[in-house]
Amino acid sequence: MNRFLAPLGIFATMVVLLAVGLTLNPREIPSPFIGKPAPEFSLAELDEKAAPITPEAFRGEVWIMNVWASWCVACQQEHPLLMEMADRNLIKLVGLNYKDKRNDAKKWLQRHGDPYGHIAFDESGDVGIDYGVYGVPETFVIDQDGIVQLKHIGPLTPDDLRDTILPLILTLTGGQS
Amino acid sequence: MIAEIGQFSLILALVFSTLLATLPLIGSLRGVVNLQQLARPVARTQFLLTLIAYICLTLAFLNNDFSVAYVANTSNSHLPLLYKISGVWGGHEGSLLLWTLILATWTMAVSFSKGIPEDMVARVLSVMGMIGFGFLLFTLMTSNPFDRLFPVPPEGRDLNPLLQDVGLAIHPPMLYVGYVGFSVAFAFSVAAMISGRFDAAWARWTRPWTNVAWLFLTIGIALGSWWAYYELGWGGWWFWDPVENASFMPWLIGTALIHSLAATEKRGVFKAWTVLLSVFAFSLSLLGTFLVRSGVLTSVHAFATDPERGLFILIFLTIVVGGSLSLFAWRAPKIVSRVHFNVISREMAILLNNIFLGILCFAVLIGTLYPLVLDALNMGKISVGPPYFDFIFMVIGIPLAAIIGIGTLIRWKKDQIKRINKTVLFSLVLSIAVGFFTPLLMDHYSFGAGLGIATGLFVIVLNITNLGARTSKGKRIKDLLGTPRSFYGMVVAHLGIGIFIIGVTMTNTYSIEKDIRMLPGDVHEIQGYGFGFKGITEVQGPNYRATQGRFDVTRNDKTLTTLRPEKRVYLVQQNPMTEAAIDAGFTRDLYVALGEPLEERNAWAVRVYFKPFIRWIWLGALVMALGGGLAASDKRYRRSKKYARASSPMVRSAVGSVVENNTAPVN
Repeated sequence: MNRFLAPLGIFATMVVLLAVGLTLNPREIPSPFIGKPAPEFSLAELDEKAAPITPEAFRGEVWIMNVWASWCVACQQEHPLLMEMADRNLIKLVGLNYKDKRNDAKKWLQRHGDPYGHIAFDESGDVGIDYGVYGVPETFVIDQDGIVQLKHIGPLTPDDLRDTILPLILTLTGGQS
Repeated sequence: MIAEIGQFSLILALVFSTLLATLPLIGSLRGVVNLQQLARPVARTQFLLTLIAYICLTLAFLNNDFSVAYVANTSNSHLPLLYKISGVWGGHEGSLLLWTLILATWTMAVSFSKGIPEDMVARVLSVMGMIGFGFLLFTLMTSNPFDRLFPVPPEGRDLNPLLQDVGLAIHPPMLYVGYVGFSVAFAFSVAAMISGRFDAAWARWTRPWTNVAWLFLTIGIALGSWWAYYELGWGGWWFWDPVENASFMPWLIGTALIHSLAATEKRGVFKAWTVLLSVFAFSLSLLGTFLVRSGVLTSVHAFATDPERGLFILIFLTIVVGGSLSLFAWRAPKIVSRVHFNVISREMAILLNNIFLGILCFAVLIGTLYPLVLDALNMGKISVGPPYFDFIFMVIGIPLAAIIGIGTLIRWKKDQIKRINKTVLFSLVLSIAVGFFTPLLMDHYSFGAGLGIATGLFVIVLNITNLGARTSKGKRIKDLLGTPRSFYGMVVAHLGIGIFIIGVTMTNTYSIEKDIRMLPGDVHEIQGYGFGFKGITEVQGPNYRATQGRFDVTRNDKTLTTLRPEKRVYLVQQNPMTEAAIDAGFTRDLYVALGEPLEERNAWAVRVYFKPFIRWIWLGALVMALGGGLAASDKRYRRSKKYARASSPMVRSAVGSVVENNTAPVN
């Protein structure tokens, strides 16, 4: 063995690790919320009309909570997809309007369309903190028992919807949606 | 049409890089002079073709040609002219083209070197041709900047607002010139390994190139740090972000390389080690490219990522680094350094310098890759933060600074402690006295600050003393004029380190950062400076709208200046950007950034910072770079070319070894 081979050996190890790293997604952040009950909250609707929104109210159905804000650029990117989900009536969509202004949020919805059944207005961002919101947009899938089944960070893409979210919803609902 | 010309030139450049990578190398191995002589013209043609491609892309930006996908993604017709030019490297594809162009420029520059035997030039240019081939292929296969977009969008998506800034416009080119510059040292080493000749001439040819690459890398990193300070709006100057680390690692190894090259040239020691360092310096540059562009790490710098690109760079990295390290394993056992040196000698100081820099680089590498390794082994996700790096740099930095100070006083080969102990003791006492006194002038005493300032001063004082020791009474000016530039380069670069250490110490210890709520009319006082909030106005920029705050800064009831921090919303990308307003000064910066508007009345969250001596951090880096420039421009490199030309390789290596053995302790 010659000692001049050592750098080559170290480098080879590093390459293997980098190659493995390449197959992983650094944006996939494990959420401590998966499999846990969705944190409780009680927030006013964005349009101030109805009674406060609580996760309790959606017990018994599978629903999606989408965290968004009018100041968030990436939200515009995923918005058409949410609109399409709403048009096709795929699942109950609840918006969590995060650290926003009422008027800005309303104007934004007027311009881009409103896919949400309910919108909880989280002006202070406290609920966002309870949910460990890391960056907007984020999307949570919550099951009939109020358990968080999935957390998606960043804008949803059609691939995410087709490969992850829809299959999950189908499993949770047992095929009836 | 212009895009097609660019595309075509790029393909032709690839063809020429293939020729460059193969023919001259074959010529040098078989002794075919005609093939060796192809190297220079082919290298220059490859440069011209890459330049044409680059100009074509720039024209596409200037003409707002949004049918080119890359232009549509990174530009906009309202973008100011400067940012249309710098926008060319504002995204992955274009910055890769810039990388390739800079590599071609370095290759072309080497093709003009004189006084190096033709077979050596042929090998060096061939190795650079191989690297060029890899990058051109990468560009064309995975990241073609000339791809067309259909249907053609009426308007572009605009340059990322973070990049619309003068400091950042010149940061990437500087950094790339540095990164890619290490390819020259790499190519010389690989060429030397292929030929098996490691003489003093090899080290001497490599030195100026390495110095120049290092000086650009230093400026590039400093610019990046300066930019982060004023543009990101939280007043820090270094974040230990993976990508910052990726640029810092080649710098650390490059610094070690500069020193070990000096020892190799002057004394013929550390040859194998020098070769290894030059391989590492360039490999780390490539690794940096991999980390930034593959999506392996998340970072503020992360380009739109694509696993295909990551895989390509990884394969390329494996071939380049794996190949050169195999060559090293094969050749290094035959490299013998016959020269011996004592424990007290310049060689030993350089060895210690290399060990310390090596440890620092290794620590940064671990800190950067550790989260990735854990992730790869499926052991969870973590991130390594500033406390780890700060600790390592303090523990290693202080002995390293001591070596810088003392090492430059020690003679090559063999020296006595008693020859220098008076000078060292004098400098030590002076720097400790001044260093530990200075914190008394500040608002609170800090032992750490005293230690840091003393360390910085020690480096400065010893280097000035060292320069003074070269002069003798009565003819000081004449002696100073007679001192070679390489010596000045060493002194100046080390002064830069001293200035940098003092700047870092003062900024990290005595910065004041206040997040406060302010109403128009409020005055907030920090360190005797009054920041009077005068209110908010709306302003319209060329491609953004901004809310601008006005702050009158007063001291002793005299108005010093007016600061106008902004919050900008860029029209196309819609992201809010913070533009801090800074009153820069030699001993302190005053820094105001607008936070968020608060609900009640006209109140705003405002960040007010007082940053003592922060300019010294970048000033130190610039002084270091100046030192690198002085050293690279030493006339020894030019003179050596003349005599080398006259002699055949055999005679020259004989001359080389004579020079080696007779070198007086000049510096």
